[in-house]
Amino acid sequence: MQTLRSRAAIEVMLAGFWYLTLSVFALILALPLVWLLSTSLKTGSQTFLMPPKWIPEPIVWSNYSEAFKAVAFHEYFWNTARIVIFATTGTLLTASLAAYAFARLRFPLREPLFLLVLSTIMLPSIVTLIPTFIVFRTLGWIDTFLPLIVPLWFGGGAFNIFLFRQFFMTIPLELDEAARIDGASNLRIYWGVILPLSKPVLATIAVFAFIHNWNDFFEPLIYLQSPENWTMAIGLRGFRGLYSTEWNLMMAASTAMIAPLLVLFFFAQRYFVSGIQMSGLAGR
Amino acid sequence: MRVKEDSGVRVKRGRRLLWTEARDGYLFILPWILGFIIFTAGPMLASLYISFTRWEIVTPSVWVGPAQYVKLFNDDRFWLSLYNTSYYVFIGVPLHLFMALLAALAVNLNLRGIRFFRTAYYVPSLTPVVANSILWVWIFHPNWGLANAFLQWIGLEGLYWLQDPRLAKPALIVMSFWSIGGQMVILLAGLKGIPVELYEAASIDGANWWGRFWRITLPLLTPALFFNLIIAIIGAFQVFTQAYIMTEGGPNYSTLFYLLYLFRAAFENFRMGYASAMAWVLFIIVLLFTTLQFALSDRWVFYEGDLRR
Repeated sequence: MQTLRSRAAIEVMLAGFWYLTLSVFALILALPLVWLLSTSLKTGSQTFLMPPKWIPEPIVWSNYSEAFKAVAFHEYFWNTARIVIFATTGTLLTASLAAYAFARLRFPLREPLFLLVLSTIMLPSIVTLIPTFIVFRTLGWIDTFLPLIVPLWFGGGAFNIFLFRQFFMTIPLELDEAARIDGASNLRIYWGVILPLSKPVLATIAVFAFIHNWNDFFEPLIYLQSPENWTMAIGLRGFRGLYSTEWNLMMAASTAMIAPLLVLFFFAQRYFVSGIQMSGLAGR
Repeated sequence: MRVKEDSGVRVKRGRRLLWTEARDGYLFILPWILGFIIFTAGPMLASLYISFTRWEIVTPSVWVGPAQYVKLFNDDRFWLSLYNTSYYVFIGVPLHLFMALLAALAVNLNLRGIRFFRTAYYVPSLTPVVANSILWVWIFHPNWGLANAFLQWIGLEGLYWLQDPRLAKPALIVMSFWSIGGQMVILLAGLKGIPVELYEAASIDGANWWGRFWRITLPLLTPALFFNLIIAIIGAFQVFTQAYIMTEGGPNYSTLFYLLYLFRAAFENFRMGYASAMAWVLFIIVLLFTTLQFALSDRWVFYEGDLRR
């Protein structure tokens, strides 16, 4: 009885220790968000006050309604949503297919080809900017969503292929072999064996791709010219120049823009942390 | 006789299997290959060609040949920016990765409300870079900044973080710890992919926490760690935004990173040829590093489903 009680006490203390440590770090890491929220509720003249005030005085809630009025926010929202959905779908399908080949099939020149995949993110995009623009202009895709979507249906980018490959390579090969003996084709193994076992990495890449395309600033800026095609990320520029950068309004719009991402992350994590069930393999 | 026949059938089947395997391999990476040919290879080769020319964007380009690279290697600023970037890569990346691992282990704890903490740790990766940079300029402010307030609170003297050439790079590395969210999530997914049965077996064998971490967690996490390492090195060699917004390369060029110098050559001085030559030098450096990492990875990265085993 005595030992049971003291063990319970130790566990309570341990949990308390963890909560305290986690909270301190959460507080430190959440600083940028608190700053964003605080600035979004300030008057223009308070924005760059030194030393800054964490709690604005007065609290200007109207920044939000003004931000929504100043730019065509909901139009930008739908443009962004369309791009994000099509781009993310293409990424998930084609990156996982390529990664399956690199992780689990043997073919000549596999390793050099994989290095070639990675090499595409090693050259700074500053110097390929103009030639890439010319490619899309030749295709007649400028001022459409196509440059932001179609390339992602062709492999989904080196980052995602590499990440899929790393996770596919942790799945025991015996599963493929068993399916192959049963007469399954490689496509069937990819779809029916590997993908169902890869839900955590699928969810991770889905969330990453969603967030990346949602926040992407550079590419939409270059390829989308008419305002009715703008995404939220470039729509926010509206507070720059024209109104001599109204930071408080820009922060309000930024907060509105990342709020859906926060919600997405919070709820998606149950999928990317759902451990792989290797039941039936334990006795291997 | 029967044995021979059997093995004959097996060899035949094996060959067919290998051929279908290779065919499917190419078929599955075909979308990527097509995308590479259509969208990526052309612009890459164009920039390689441009690197051998003098091109001021508005004027026609003039062929200068390898002289461009000779000029580059005689440019002190080029070497300085390469040194600054290497400092950021070789000190920043290992620390960053270590912090991400700690964070991943922490948010892997089985506690009520852990989802809240995961979200909180990921948040800085969501807030806009511009907003982050403005915040950090204030955090590092010599008189009113949080960093110095903390130092004074524990009884130390305040520092000139972004104004001291010796401290500016370390300050930017400290700032990068706020963006461990992405690496943390990848490592967390890796941790969750480790079969629970392995831990149960180890517990029965009497392994303590450290033993389980060292012999199960770490080896099975190496594919995710390797991914983070490669991507972080490629990314850190291209560090740009913080220096562009916060320090403009200063003080005394201590944060003139490679990409910042390249950007200035391209879009402030309109020397696109020079910028392209810089880009290709960086490309070769990063490619060599990555190839080396892949060669070394055989020694420390463990794949449960490795085709070469």
